[in-house]
Amino acid sequence: MTKFNKLCACAIALCGAFSAFAQAPAGAPGAPGAPGRPAGAPQMQQRPRQAEVIPGRTPVSPKLEDYFTPVTAEAATPDQDGFIRRWLLLEPIAKPNRSNTVFVDSYIREAFAKQYFKGQLATDKLPKDGQKEKVEVDVTPQAMGFPMPGQEPQKVEPKFEKRTLKWHALDSKRFNVKLFRFASGLQTDVYGVIFWAVTVIDCPEEIQNVRLSVGSNAGSQWWVNGEDVLLLSNDRRMVADDAMSNRLTLKKGRNYIWGAVINGPGMSDMCVRFVDEQGKPVTNFTVNTK
Amino acid sequence: MKKILIAGIAALISAAAFAQVGAPYIHDPSTIMESNGKYFTFGTGTNGLMSEDGWNWHSGAIRPHSGAAPDAIKIGDRYLVGFSSTGGGLGGGHAGNILTMWNDTLDPSDPRFKYTDPIVVAESNVDEDCDAIDIGLFLDPVTGRLFCTFGTYFGEIRQCELDPKTGARLEGTKDIPVAIDCEASDMIYNDGWYYLLGTHGTCCDGTNSTYNIVCGRSRNVNGPFLDEVGRDMYRGGGKMVVAAEQRRVGAGHFGREIIDKGVEKASFHWEADFDLSGRSTLAIRPLVWKNGWPVAAELLEDGIYSIISERRGYALELSVDFVRLNGGMRGFFMRQDEAVVSVEDQKLEDVIGGWPEGNIEVRAMDNMFRPNQKWEIKAVPEAGGYLGGPYCKIVISGTNRALAATADKEIVTVPEFTGAPEQLWRIEMLTDGTYRIMPKEVPGCDEELVLISIADTKPTLGKYDFNNVNCKWNLKSLKY
Repeated sequence: MTKFNKLCACAIALCGAFSAFAQAPAGAPGAPGAPGRPAGAPQMQQRPRQAEVIPGRTPVSPKLEDYFTPVTAEAATPDQDGFIRRWLLLEPIAKPNRSNTVFVDSYIREAFAKQYFKGQLATDKLPKDGQKEKVEVDVTPQAMGFPMPGQEPQKVEPKFEKRTLKWHALDSKRFNVKLFRFASGLQTDVYGVIFWAVTVIDCPEEIQNVRLSVGSNAGSQWWVNGEDVLLLSNDRRMVADDAMSNRLTLKKGRNYIWGAVINGPGMSDMCVRFVDEQGKPVTNFTVNTK
Repeated sequence: MKKILIAGIAALISAAAFAQVGAPYIHDPSTIMESNGKYFTFGTGTNGLMSEDGWNWHSGAIRPHSGAAPDAIKIGDRYLVGFSSTGGGLGGGHAGNILTMWNDTLDPSDPRFKYTDPIVVAESNVDEDCDAIDIGLFLDPVTGRLFCTFGTYFGEIRQCELDPKTGARLEGTKDIPVAIDCEASDMIYNDGWYYLLGTHGTCCDGTNSTYNIVCGRSRNVNGPFLDEVGRDMYRGGGKMVVAAEQRRVGAGHFGREIIDKGVEKASFHWEADFDLSGRSTLAIRPLVWKNGWPVAAELLEDGIYSIISERRGYALELSVDFVRLNGGMRGFFMRQDEAVVSVEDQKLEDVIGGWPEGNIEVRAMDNMFRPNQKWEIKAVPEAGGYLGGPYCKIVISGTNRALAATADKEIVTVPEFTGAPEQLWRIEMLTDGTYRIMPKEVPGCDEELVLISIADTKPTLGKYDFNNVNCKWNLKSLKY
């Protein structure tokens, strides 16, 4: 339900007609097309709220270790379906958006063209696990809801601040890297964020005519050995093999795979693999974050 | 004010071929239920829509407790209505409850109309990968077991089993994750397969909503549900069932209605109907099974058609003289350097003078797209409709000569369309893409009869049987 632009139940929030059985709608952002959403409505929730617990139901309280494990010394291989599970993930960069409908091609390209940290898109070295970056983040307050016809959009002064963010070398327990749980597990921003990810795949031989296959929630952009190979724009859900690059060649030795995922309200995640001409997974390489 | 009202009515009529008429405004509709001969669907918020004929919709369905995205199912003689309550934490809280309640009737005018107290059958806390909203109810026709699916984009779609006698959660059962990255799930069964349907895309963004309904299938009621390329819905897979059509976008919240064997409907909402102020409206479309996959087809448009029998491929026509076009065989051996010319169609005015003035019999013959074979099919708004469609007249194009059912269970054309019930036709796409053509009434007859081919060239009225090719027709659109 985090993707309020994708949420059927938003209608109930729009009209404020909550069930007698419902929890209180504290601070719920509005949805696109929300009728009558007043200007100056509450700002978007940036951090996980206090758990709302159904009486009698044991809280799940997901933790980082439920979704990830620290990388081991041994090189990893892709899973049997070719999904790459070992990544260096930078703690999320705040980039508030009240809706994912803004993620058109040009928006994403512009958002990721910004230099957030040194070594961004580097093809000769990786960040170290635990390495810190001083990153300028967007903390512009976001008004909720969309202006009604004839209503001027609310003007908000852009606001930025420097934050120290850390790289984490992790193995995903699932084929999809649950970026939302990476963020929530670290008790940091979960909505309105950019995630940077990088890994190295080490090929024993050159592999020609493969494609990078990605699903992401929401938009994302991908680079292989410094080349911009794939863009997933608009209000995306993570679907395996949602988008693929043109044919490309993985060179013998180290290949640097960079990705950036942007999301507004939503359960960010990504799944990444290489496939061959027949769409079969490519698995004859190792994955390293060192 | 009067002018505005008239303009509004005209707009509704012009849109009649594509949208339910009346005030079909709803969001997140439940599966349509028939009760006391009326139709009911519930939406997010309180209450819902009802219709006396399935075509003209208005407010009047009553569902207490508000809540989100309900569903309904008839089990035995009772109706089980499910809905969800949620913190509405759009971007925040995800604590939700799925609830069910019973009613002996959905018709508020029935003295038996009374909901039982709702009971919680599934739930989610704010901190788990699931939103317990958007219930879909499914009674397995093979085993009689009752399931519900629920969830949204936030994490998993989950399935749990309910007791069909009580509507309560079956004790000791656990939720089974069956999909991710969708919402408004529903299950259906067809020909040995269990189908899970879910809605992808952007909701609630009016004319920009990309909402669309996809599905996967499994031989097992618990999944895994794979799409046509073998992709698990738990990995985001899904084959398209219905997306946008021209001037209507944002298909979401699927429901299936089985009218008869081979006559099925898909109900859902459009996030925005461009002809109805861009509002969210109820949609009902023919449900077609194409290579084992459900597809919501588009409604039949007003237009000129050849009506072709599935039995022989002959065209329905007036029983009048075949009038030859001039010229006979055009020599294929003619010089290749001669200019190519277009040969004109036979025109109505070329032949109508030779037609009798009274009733004219109808037969089926070789399809030559001649004037006596060109039928104009047009909705008759004042005649009402049936679930998902309006009654239509079928007249020879360019005339008012109308196809009609007779008291002796035959068909004929009458010189003038009068709007009489035997001249009104219910034309429904069947699940194999052919059509069933049924008169609204057969004079002096209580039976429900359809247009059939009793011989290759002899159309008549007879009982509908989906497995009988004689009952099926194809409509081939003609440009003029």
